[in-house]
Amino acid sequence: MPQIAERVSVEVRAEQPPQLSRKFFDEMRAADGKVRHAYAALAGLLDNLSIDSLVTKQNAAEELFRRLGITFAVYAEGGSTERLIPFDLIPRILDRSEWDLVERGCIQRVKAINIFLYDIYHDQEIIKAGLVPPEFVLLNPAFRPEMLGVEPPKNVYAHIAGIDLIRTGERDFFVLEDNVRTPSGISYVLENREIMMRLFPDAFAGQSISPVGNYPEQLLENLRAVAPSGADDPVVVLLTPGRYNSAYFEHVFLAEQMGIELVEGGDLFVRDGFVWMRTTEGPVRVDVIYRRVDDDFMDPLAFRADSALGVPGLLSVVRAGRVALANAFGTGVADDKAMYCYVPRMIEFYLGEHAILNNVHTYMLRDPKQRQHVFDNLHNLVVKEVQGSGGYGMLIGPASTAEEREAYKLRVMRNPDNYIAQPTLALSTAPTLVNDEIVPRHVDLRPFVLSGKETSVIPGGLTRVALRKGSLVVNSSQGGGTKDTWVLER
Amino acid sequence: MLSRTAENLFWMARDMERAENTARMLDVSFRMSLLPSTLDKQALHFEPILAIAPGDGRFRELYGDLTHETIIRYVALEPANPASIWSLIKLARENARAQRSAISSEAWESLNQTWLQVQNLDYDGLTRWGHRDFFDWVKERSHLFRGVVFGTMLHDDAFRFIRLGTFIERADNTARILDVKYHVLLPHGEQVGGVVDYYQWGALLRSVGAFRAYRRVYHDTVYPWRIAELLVLRADMPRSLHHCYEVIIGTLDELAGKKQLECRRLAGQIYARLRYGRIDKIFQSGLHEFLTDFIASNNVLGVQLQDDFLMTPTMIAGAA
Repeated sequence: MPQIAERVSVEVRAEQPPQLSRKFFDEMRAADGKVRHAYAALAGLLDNLSIDSLVTKQNAAEELFRRLGITFAVYAEGGSTERLIPFDLIPRILDRSEWDLVERGCIQRVKAINIFLYDIYHDQEIIKAGLVPPEFVLLNPAFRPEMLGVEPPKNVYAHIAGIDLIRTGERDFFVLEDNVRTPSGISYVLENREIMMRLFPDAFAGQSISPVGNYPEQLLENLRAVAPSGADDPVVVLLTPGRYNSAYFEHVFLAEQMGIELVEGGDLFVRDGFVWMRTTEGPVRVDVIYRRVDDDFMDPLAFRADSALGVPGLLSVVRAGRVALANAFGTGVADDKAMYCYVPRMIEFYLGEHAILNNVHTYMLRDPKQRQHVFDNLHNLVVKEVQGSGGYGMLIGPASTAEEREAYKLRVMRNPDNYIAQPTLALSTAPTLVNDEIVPRHVDLRPFVLSGKETSVIPGGLTRVALRKGSLVVNSSQGGGTKDTWVLER
Repeated sequence: MLSRTAENLFWMARDMERAENTARMLDVSFRMSLLPSTLDKQALHFEPILAIAPGDGRFRELYGDLTHETIIRYVALEPANPASIWSLIKLARENARAQRSAISSEAWESLNQTWLQVQNLDYDGLTRWGHRDFFDWVKERSHLFRGVVFGTMLHDDAFRFIRLGTFIERADNTARILDVKYHVLLPHGEQVGGVVDYYQWGALLRSVGAFRAYRRVYHDTVYPWRIAELLVLRADMPRSLHHCYEVIIGTLDELAGKKQLECRRLAGQIYARLRYGRIDKIFQSGLHEFLTDFIASNNVLGVQLQDDFLMTPTMIAGAA
């Protein structure tokens, strides 16, 4: 097996991205200080606004959020408004040609991932072709042997995907991570836009900014499209772990926007080979479940027996094709940080195309040579757990002390398979209002990709911004905020 | 609508109604304990409260002696007692929170506000507030909640399940108060019409907010059997069993439509006894027996409701 890893390493190295410059790419201003095309209209608007009036608007935005936030916060444990993620009112803007690149790249990626998932749960051609090491798939904790041979409607596994992107140059977008389990954050995209339209009506009147508000409708269309055959007017529900889940407000928001029932595990039951929902008018058959519960908790008879969040017997109904799950069971095998390295070759293998979006160069620490290289350059690299998320269990080389690095090496050596390393990335910066001043701050972008009827991307997505000076970590748990993301139609 | 939603709303209303009735009982007992003739047996007046609202039955274990203070601590404020006013308001608010989108925002805000005010209340705080003022406050919050629900919510199925909760709980509470107080008071049998009697029976009426109503209806001294008649059979008395069942029957008809539901049959059976019953007949066979039987049937109806509207997961296996 090390042989295969070795080969991968060589090839991936060959695709190594152009040298990342130390100077960060700025979304608003080119290197010569000129305002970039996408930001031309905004620059004009900002010139006519004093910093005071911007601060006033920022306060108004916070006030509006607090008002909406009441809706969010009542679900939060403790019931306070502190849980709100900070919002920055200076939008992140992409023009049409930039967005085209992102859009085509994301669609390509998700298409390949869906075909990959179908493949590994059926003929496993990609493994037979020697392009993906079998143990990466078959021994992956997110791989569900129960799904082998199951035909999901329209062959779609990942109906909703969030692709995390960073930008380092004019045309240089890199994929940091694929999220094809239960990605969240779309409610911020919609709420941020709502707020911006109230605060800057002129900006919207003056240029054509692609709308995002039809996302719930598009999502519903895609969900209805994957209903098992025979359901004329399919019943779609959103399954939530309940009000103690941190994304609960998003579940409520989406269910309300789509006009579907928000259900918990106890509201559903399996009988006569179908899934039913308990209603006061009697049991109602359910055709599609948009679930925001992790695989492990979905069916106590098949997965974790101690789960009270799931529906006993659900897997059997899925296997019989009598209910559709979005996303399907077992999608997680495609989005862990080790499988990530293979997405470009999935694209080549299944679609016969080159990947439009770059991967970040990734070292596999299971490979002794790569590991040695990583250990020698630890101060320049970021090391992550393969199955980790949310910024936990990471080592950020440049921000670490020598002792921390040594301790981390020992951790890695205990189970090298579980770690990957990447260069620290030169995330682009975007103008951000911080304490009465407009300053550059690092941003990333998560577009949301829908599959079912067809594969499409909502124009925009979630821009996360690291509000602390110099910080490259955009996670909300680490002081990150969000921005509205504008895609200009012309 | 989702059965879980119906269940949450049903219990939200029941808990709030029960908090109000518990406050009423405490209020009356508090007043009666202040009467001169009963100074020596103060605690006696609180004893019935434990019979009506036994909570988790751990009063003795938690507090030992029955005094003014311990009973109020236990019945009004004890978080470990699931039937304390504090716990009931908490539960009502939790149920509302789970169905935030099924009720009007005013209804939510009202309940949430109630909870926030009682959340950190301790015995010293309650004493500073004033016992009577606290009981009045609980009653007012309950009135406000009912009024907000009535005045701001769509009168749809969600509204109907709230109404069912309110009136099933109220019927139960009225029957319990009448049953226990009646038998605590009766054996002491000083002359009917005596001064103490006047206060004691009057207090019973006050505990269900029916003192003035009694006067208006009977224009007469307070007689125990008339109190029973008023609280059991009188249709226009809003806390009487008869009135509660009138609302329950009407609401069930709207909810069930043409469906033949067992709960509707049960409710009809109970209603018939109240609608066509006579107080002398009830006394002949014994008021206590009548009320005990009523409380049991009312409970059965509550369970049947949950089964008929699929609120009980265990019933699903057998549901059509």
